[in-house]
Amino acid sequence: MSEMSKTILIKPIFKENPIALQVLGVCSALAVTTSVQVALVMGISLTMVTAFSNMFISMLRNHMPSSIRMIIQMTIIASLVILVDQLLKAFAYEVSKQLSVFVGLIITNCIVMGRAEAFAMKNPPGLSFLDGLGNGAGYSLILVILGAVRELIGSGSILGITLLPTVADGGWYQPNGLMLLAPSAFFLIGFIIWIIRNRDNSQVERNEFSMASHTVEKGAH
Amino acid sequence: MSSNVNSVSYTIKVALVLCAMCSIMISGAAVLLKPMQTANQILDRNRNILIAAGMYDPAVNTNADVQSMFERFNARIVDLDTGSYLTDEQLAELGIDPLTYSEAASRNDPALSSALSSDEDTANIRRRVRYATVYSIESAEGAYETLVLPVSGFGLWGIMYGYLAIEGDGNTIRGIGFYDHKETPGLGGEISNPIWQAQWPGKQIFDTAGDVAFELVKGGGQGESQVDALSGATLTSRGVENMIAFWLGQRGFGSFLTNEVKS
Repeated sequence: MSEMSKTILIKPIFKENPIALQVLGVCSALAVTTSVQVALVMGISLTMVTAFSNMFISMLRNHMPSSIRMIIQMTIIASLVILVDQLLKAFAYEVSKQLSVFVGLIITNCIVMGRAEAFAMKNPPGLSFLDGLGNGAGYSLILVILGAVRELIGSGSILGITLLPTVADGGWYQPNGLMLLAPSAFFLIGFIIWIIRNRDNSQVERNEFSMASHTVEKGAH
Repeated sequence: MSSNVNSVSYTIKVALVLCAMCSIMISGAAVLLKPMQTANQILDRNRNILIAAGMYDPAVNTNADVQSMFERFNARIVDLDTGSYLTDEQLAELGIDPLTYSEAASRNDPALSSALSSDEDTANIRRRVRYATVYSIESAEGAYETLVLPVSGFGLWGIMYGYLAIEGDGNTIRGIGFYDHKETPGLGGEISNPIWQAQWPGKQIFDTAGDVAFELVKGGGQGESQVDALSGATLTSRGVENMIAFWLGQRGFGSFLTNEVKS
């Protein structure tokens, strides 16, 4: 694998993470991260859709009439999402019931459309596929971290294996119900972004507005 | 590419070819995966019957147990109009197989269902199937121990499908389970919450006069025919109450319970 394709694959996972840096795809990151298993399936689904839609869109990019460019992209993305939904219903019925509408909503996930427009329209199919895989992996990584923290603190288990026996099951751990609600994912994503930007200052955005210094030093109220 | 990529004829051609390819891919996948999806749905339905009957604990049991546990049930088709089981000849005549019969699929078949007028339609389901599958467990002497009845009713967003399990007396609830609904997650969707469902077992459906007395009440619901309504989901709660009233009334399993179970 060449140096360039390696960068395309790895960069979106940590350095340009779609959730942590670009803050895209947050809706599903709040909704489907109450357990690791569901988060993992959602991550894999989105990765597959992003990778293959990137590849197909890149293959067709020179044949796309500009007037129906977005419609073509949406058609490809929507078809792939329906395909993933059908596969989940056949092979992972339980998880697909838990994911319910969120598999269908991959269509509206900004990451998929964003990568199609920003990368696949300008690059060859192979690299676009890797870019989709990388961005999907970056999304999945955050989802799995959220899922692990929320499931451990909210239900005392990870992947359904009990690590902290809860009071309801005769153990000692009183689970934190907040972790099972959507707002907790907001707090956790905030923490993750804070940690990442602390380590990598280049990600910190410039202030959109800064106050001009006072013209009169004292007495102005 | 060629400069005529943006021409009208090329645009239409690209759109048509792309749509055709996507349609073939999706319909191919749908047809190929259908058998597996159907098997999953039947497994899920059977599990919900077991959950309603209080025999299946998701924390302990697995999919492998569903089949063996489900074999204890007798699946028989009831004619809701007469309140008695269909004989083998009648089943053959109607072309119904009790193991695969689906109330949801028969809803739109005029031979198997009928439209309800608005005053009859208290559960807001518009059409009622005439034949319904009853799953029962009987003791060695032939007395009913558990009956599981399919029920459906309109909630807030759509029809809720579930199973109501009752005891052999035809009056005491053993449990409730919903396998398909469109209620708001977190509000009406709480009808699937096991903690809420745990209030149902032991409640009495009928009062001493033989009318359906079961109700969902706000703020408590400690009576022998009462269950606490869901907070923030008034219309869903009302839908559940109407659903029980309809399916245990005369247009539902009322005559079946009188004829077959209580006698």
